[in-house]
Amino acid sequence: MGASRPFAVTLVRIATLVIVLSAWEALARSGLVYQDVVPPLASIAGAAINILLDPTFYYDAAVTIGEIVGGYALSVVAGVGVGLLFGLQPFVRAAFIPYVNALATTPKIIFLPIVMLAFGVGPASKVALGAFAGFFPVVLSTSAGVLQVDPTLVKVARSYNLTTWQTIRKVHLPAMRVPIVTGMRLGLGVAVIAVLLAEIKFSNAGLGFLAIDFYDHFEIASLYATLLIIFFLAAAVNSGMSRLERSLQR
Amino acid sequence: MRSPITAGLCTLLLLAILIELVIMAGLISPFVIPLPSRVVLAVGKLWTAEDLPLAFGITLAEAAVAVALATAVAVPAGYVMWRLPVLGAAYRPWLGALFAAPTVLLYPLFLVLFGRSHTTVVAMGALTAAIPITLHVLDGLTGVSRTLENVGRSFNVTGGQLFWKIQLPAAAPTIFVGLRLGLIYGLVNVIGIEFLIVYGGLGRVVSSMYDNYEFPGMYAAIIFIVLIAFLLFWVLEHGEKASRTF
Repeated sequence: MGASRPFAVTLVRIATLVIVLSAWEALARSGLVYQDVVPPLASIAGAAINILLDPTFYYDAAVTIGEIVGGYALSVVAGVGVGLLFGLQPFVRAAFIPYVNALATTPKIIFLPIVMLAFGVGPASKVALGAFAGFFPVVLSTSAGVLQVDPTLVKVARSYNLTTWQTIRKVHLPAMRVPIVTGMRLGLGVAVIAVLLAEIKFSNAGLGFLAIDFYDHFEIASLYATLLIIFFLAAAVNSGMSRLERSLQR
Repeated sequence: MRSPITAGLCTLLLLAILIELVIMAGLISPFVIPLPSRVVLAVGKLWTAEDLPLAFGITLAEAAVAVALATAVAVPAGYVMWRLPVLGAAYRPWLGALFAAPTVLLYPLFLVLFGRSHTTVVAMGALTAAIPITLHVLDGLTGVSRTLENVGRSFNVTGGQLFWKIQLPAAAPTIFVGLRLGLIYGLVNVIGIEFLIVYGGLGRVVSSMYDNYEFPGMYAAIIFIVLIAFLLFWVLEHGEKASRTF
């Protein structure tokens, strides 16, 4: 039974993939929908190969990665800083955490017009939106992390007359590495989404722009292929951060 | 100033006054940040000219349909995956990966299939809401304590009684977390997609205000959406606290 279970699970997964892909192909060839709307799998695979062989893809990928890295770096620095402030100053936390919670729940993409008014249509507005989106998970996770630090550790630091900065560096930050990395993982996820959605909405470069450019020219197979590539790249980044998080928890 | 809430509100008010003064002094262009006083005045115009209550109603209706659809699909799906552990073992990792993946980026696919329509908005809301609900129904039922189930069996309860009297109530808190997440994800994505495809309720209002260079109105609409999020967060948090007291 024990040996047959993984086999059954694999069988279910393979069967699911076969059913879904066959259903797609059947729909594409049935004539029930306009063929360009649901392109055959071979067309999507061919489009994916063409995109990956085209140097434009790598230029757009570099733009997107640059925007994500810039925005994410800003969000981590600001998020950890403000999170520490919230954690160490309960009054400040109580005064501002309701606004942070509300903004964290708001869809970040609606702030795109504001950052575009401030930074224009280019990469700077994408960096700003990525930074804004990524900030909230980091700040919430960091401030919650400060509250979980063992008070004994802080008392020991005080008994050694450590300054506030020394206590943060030697006690809080090492003790909070797991919640900070959790916040960083969640922050990276939303920063990636914010940057790509912003590129889809208003931009002239990047993977999101590439996708919506295919849509505008009704190259639907290429659109599907681009979205799948973006989707898997983003999922891979998230999976990498999850592994880092798990390795820290051990 | 002893109350942190008053301190927070006063800081916001001071910030608004400071921004007003900085813009009046010409240090920031009013085309980047409009005067806060004009943003407040724009609320009235937004209310009448853009019919903000109707836009809010459309967003709420789309989110309600999306979450209802997601619940109708996700609860039975989670249940089936729990009853048939092979399915649970096969799909749980996929769902976990999908939950963390940027599903919202797939919205152009729905745009191709359904065009700029309520269907696209609702479909995206439902898709993003269904994933956490399914996961939490599955995890809630899987996590029911064996001891509780054994106690039920020792009383010779039927399978149906075991489910309704023991397993479902024990799984309920986790299922509610899933429904709460589903509601938040559904609403957030509905507003986001409305903004992106310039169709529907509140998200569409923000986008069309920007397109028409109505910046004070655009800021007012964004602040209105943040207030909705604030209210939603407050209701869900206090609702959960109240439910714990029962």
